[in-house]
Amino acid sequence: MIKLLSQNKYLILRRITQSGILLLFIGGNYWGWNILKGDLSTANFFDLFHLSDPYMVIQTFAAGYILANDVLLGTLIILLFYTFIGGRSFCSWVCPMNIVTDVAVRIRKLLKLYQDDIKVPINRNFRYWILGLSIVVSAFAGIAAFELISPVSMLHRGLIYGMGFGWAAISVVFFFDIFVMQNGWCGYVCPLGGFYSLINRFSLFKVKHNHETCTACNKCLIVCPEKQVLLPYINKISIKIKGMECSNCGRCVDVCEDNALCFSLNNYKK
Amino acid sequence: MKKKDKVATRRDILKTLLKGGGYLGIGGLTWGAYLNEAKSEPMILRPPAAIDEEEFVKACVKCGTCVEACPYDTLRLGTPGDTKPVGMPYFVPREIACEMCPDIPCVPVCPSGALDINKVQTFDEKKQEKVLDINKAQMGVAIIDNESCIAFWGIQCDICYRACPLIDEAIKLEYTQNERTGKHAFLRPVVDNAVCTGCGLCENACVTEKASIRVLPRTLATGKAGDHYIKGWDKEDEKRMKEKEGEEQQEKVSDKALEYLNGDWEDLIDD
Ligand code: SF4
Ligand code: SF4
Ligand code: SF4
Ligand code: SF4
Repeated sequence: MIKLLSQNKYLILRRITQSGILLLFIGGNYWGWNILKGDLSTANFFDLFHLSDPYMVIQTFAAGYILANDVLLGTLIILLFYTFIGGRSFCSWVCPMNIVTDVAVRIRKLLKLYQDDIKVPINRNFRYWILGLSIVVSAFAGIAAFELISPVSMLHRGLIYGMGFGWAAISVVFFFDIFVMQNGWCGYVCPLGGFYSLINRFSLFKVKHNHETCTACNKCLIVCPEKQVLLPYINKISIKIKGMECSNCGRCVDVCEDNALCFSLNNYKK
Repeated sequence: MKKKDKVATRRDILKTLLKGGGYLGIGGLTWGAYLNEAKSEPMILRPPAAIDEEEFVKACVKCGTCVEACPYDTLRLGTPGDTKPVGMPYFVPREIACEMCPDIPCVPVCPSGALDINKVQTFDEKKQEKVLDINKAQMGVAIIDNESCIAFWGIQCDICYRACPLIDEAIKLEYTQNERTGKHAFLRPVVDNAVCTGCGLCENACVTEKASIRVLPRTLATGKAGDHYIKGWDKEDEKRMKEKEGEEQQEKVSDKALEYLNGDWEDLIDD
């Protein structure tokens, strides 16, 4: 039992943070809690200041509207936080879609569809193209382009304010990840994840690999949703993993039985 | 051989680029077309103090704070499937109307600028400061269908009139004789478009099967007379004419300064 816990330490911690944050939002709407009011797009934090999604603000700006100062300040806070501390942690520790896509991976494993090395028709960089495109489309359509179709906000907002047919969009992601592409949504498509990847480089927490103790069991490579960040180094060099798409989910740390992976602080050298 | 390889790769790259560009272009166009469809919903009623619809859909960050603040659950966020732009607040008066809260809790909490508090404030002379005034809200305007409104049939019904928070200002009752019976009166509700806030309490209260008084967005329900119609009996409107003519005159004057000096100013205006 203890072993099971320690083997899933970060997974459990992540689920607690994810659902805790979600609960605060839901409490904000239904029971008048004053900790986080609003949603992941913009939230009022303890009635002190706002927290805002920088990607949404960029789209809105491209659409031709300069948001009020509350939101701009909120964006700055979030931007600084993820640039210097969290990196892409948003994806693994906050985003509710992560739970959906992780479940999809589980089911994929049960159905024996899971592959260790993935061969797919589209490139991992596809998300950055969507990211760029969303900004161009926002400018032309005069409205924040991704925000209007984002299954991520449909899920999150849906849980707080009511879902409507939002289930449909979320199911599309879910079944896409099960039957069409492994880690398809978060690993290839989602521009929000792409945005946080872009600001990941200088963040504080990094996974560290120690190749001395590594036995090349490859368990980490099997669980990692963004294998390209680990692949070049495992059992080759001891290094802090600085790949942009690492979301600090800690799955690799959890499954490594040889103490070859752990969290550490970024060293700001090359 | 080597050279040929190189050329082929270059061409390949170009091909891939063009292909990628093509996909992006098609994707972008489809995306944009969908957005244009999805963002335009002319029949939507926004919360008090909402800025113009075109700007509103840009500005609203879909945080739902206004919805949280509304004590009557009037406001709701658009969800996929209800044919309203997703994530943005609106209300359906026949279901829950806006109660026109004097403290307007929904407006000051908006962080984005989509709800502009200036639109529901007036200057209080006594206090020497701006105070909230929900009566300035312009969410929509109530329109009466005189075919189905039973007051127009001669049946006595003043439900909407009584439901209106601006009774005798936004809705008035018009008394006329009922010639059919000869001894009864019609009590017809009449809406003053300039005063009606569009709260929808009247629509909510209307007794007919489908409401005979309904709130429509202002852009849909109101017309525009144009600058060249002037209410000669209205001092304010008269001023507008004078200003306008003044402007025109001034243009002429600067052209023909001499004429101005020689001519009679009063005569010019009266013409
Ligand atoms: S990639 Fe997108 S959906 Fe996936 S966890 Fe990150 S933000 Fe959420
Ligand atoms: S004025 Fe009151 S009832 Fe009307 S929308 Fe705002 S909070 Fe709701
Ligand atoms: S509070 Fe403002 S930004 Fe938030 S949903 Fe309401 S109108 Fe939109
Ligand atoms: S006429 Fe109807 S919509 Fe207009 S202010 Fe009165 S109750 Fe509200």
